[in-house]
Amino acid sequence: MIAPDWLREDRLPHIYCTGCGNGSVINCTLAAVEEMGWKRDETAFISGIGCSSRAPGYILTDSLHTTHGRALAFATGVKMARPDFNVVVFTGDGDLAAIGGNHFIHACRRNVDMTVICMNNQIYGMTGGQGSPTTPTGAFSTTTPYGASEPAFDLAELAVAAGANYVARWTSYHVKELTKAITTGMQTPGLAFIEVRTQCPTNFGRHNKLRSIPDMIEYLRGNAMLRVKYDRLVEEGADIPEGTFTIGELVRRRRPAMGVKQ
Amino acid sequence: MSRPEFMQGNAACAEGAIAAGCRFFGGYPITPSTEIAETMARRLPKVGGVFISMEDELASIAAVIGAAWTGTRAMTATSGPGFSLMMENIGYAAMTETPCVIVNIQRGGPSTGQPTRAAQGDMLQCRFGSHGDYSIIALTPNSVQEMFDLTVKAFNLADRFRVPTFLISDETVGHMRERVTIPDSVDIIPPAPLAEGSLPYEAGEDGIPGFAPFGSGRSVHVTGLTHDERGYPDTTDPEAHDRLVRRLVAKVESARHDIADYEVINPDAERVFVTYGPPSRTVAQVMRDHPDESIGHLRFRVVWPFDESALGKFPDAKVFLMPELNMGQMVREVQRHADQPVVPIAKIGGELHTPAELLQALEAHG
Repeated sequence: MIAPDWLREDRLPHIYCTGCGNGSVINCTLAAVEEMGWKRDETAFISGIGCSSRAPGYILTDSLHTTHGRALAFATGVKMARPDFNVVVFTGDGDLAAIGGNHFIHACRRNVDMTVICMNNQIYGMTGGQGSPTTPTGAFSTTTPYGASEPAFDLAELAVAAGANYVARWTSYHVKELTKAITTGMQTPGLAFIEVRTQCPTNFGRHNKLRSIPDMIEYLRGNAMLRVKYDRLVEEGADIPEGTFTIGELVRRRRPAMGVKQ
Repeated sequence: MSRPEFMQGNAACAEGAIAAGCRFFGGYPITPSTEIAETMARRLPKVGGVFISMEDELASIAAVIGAAWTGTRAMTATSGPGFSLMMENIGYAAMTETPCVIVNIQRGGPSTGQPTRAAQGDMLQCRFGSHGDYSIIALTPNSVQEMFDLTVKAFNLADRFRVPTFLISDETVGHMRERVTIPDSVDIIPPAPLAEGSLPYEAGEDGIPGFAPFGSGRSVHVTGLTHDERGYPDTTDPEAHDRLVRRLVAKVESARHDIADYEVINPDAERVFVTYGPPSRTVAQVMRDHPDESIGHLRFRVVWPFDESALGKFPDAKVFLMPELNMGQMVREVQRHADQPVVPIAKIGGELHTPAELLQALEAHG
């Protein structure tokens, strides 16, 4: 078991469905916290609303489970008032990219020193599977019964454009790479944004012929392509399969940051 | 040595906040409250505090609540449109018992309305604006001095009761310039700490749990979901919800006589003006111009929780007259509690009542 000291065992059993990817992301995050050697009373986990945002409730430290979309604004208050704290935000695609989109770009612009982990399952899971801003075009959900007609947001590219100092994207399948990315994000002063494509067999898979958990994980693994390979294929003018998304580190830089521990 | 100064109401509010130990301000510019943000932007860095201009009012109040959970005294200031945007997170602050101060320099509404004109149209919104049942504290200054004094008081009440506390002022008082005395220091009453062995949301008889801000080693989980005494979500048990929400309301409402702050002039009067905020200044003018012990004045400095016993300070009252800069908001609360007729003197449009208008109302009920 990873980081048993950081789990609220009295909160178990958790609310996550069988086959949910969020547990893997929590595990990777706590592994990174252990590697960083953070102390419990110097650390705060903050979240908004949604399946992802229930994660801080299972972690034994000070935690703020806030309102839908606003986690980054709450976290900005915590971190600016106490720069000596380690602040981690758990969020989801609906929380971050829809209702919280404005806070997302401004938190990246300010480059507040915190680690933001987005469990992007491409669906509103908590409310039962409605289309979100990251639902792929053509994908089915309870509110896109004829296939999503809107284009999806690329959250990692958005974070790069808005100014975050560290941006990476992995999937809940790539646990070693994800743990390393989260650790690197925690070590980088400024805002670190890690997008994690996570499987939601219950509410995404069910509507998209990915009902079984292995199918859902294979869907993520199979569509993920390392950035270097993607860039090479683009350079060669090769065909890139539909549904492909890039994984790896998008940026690591030293723009001026706010709320950095002195 | 306290020092007399000539100052604007909004600046006095900011100075009161600094004196009270406020060290975090998150805000968004909006007329007619902006001078509070401007003063805080200038003053906070000099006292080791943090000023941050957030992307909107939803983020402003969110950042203030986040800062408050680090044990920092935190404040935001806004006006009607921004106040409307803050409502969801104000409910979050009430539910999570986060001590924080929200200033509303009221302007004419609804919607964008009259940005540069005074109004008192948000009196019910500040009490009931967020969804669900809860209670809050609201203070209503009528002078630049009270912009300072009541801001200090708001921080102490917020901490003592662990409740979002409002300074509900308006364009007139916010932009008025008057002489104000700034004391060298003010009383600062911190929240009661969470006792060893107590659960984070376990309250004694007063209904107020001890406060363990982040970093105190208590690993507090804070959620806007209905929660048990541990702070853990418990959203389906009717008793858990009933127990929590009734306590949130009772901790403020049952202390209303204690929180009460009002001024009584001519308690033997038969015709009594009931006011809060700047209409009290017009009443004072009328009473100066027409000395008459049959005219009384009850002025509330705390409007929420509403202390109905204040009305009993005028045992001979035959009628209560209520000038408000709205179409009749607090008058509903007075009517609910008074045995006598309560007459609204509603005025909207952005100007204070004139003494002549109040005299006319007096004569109509003479």
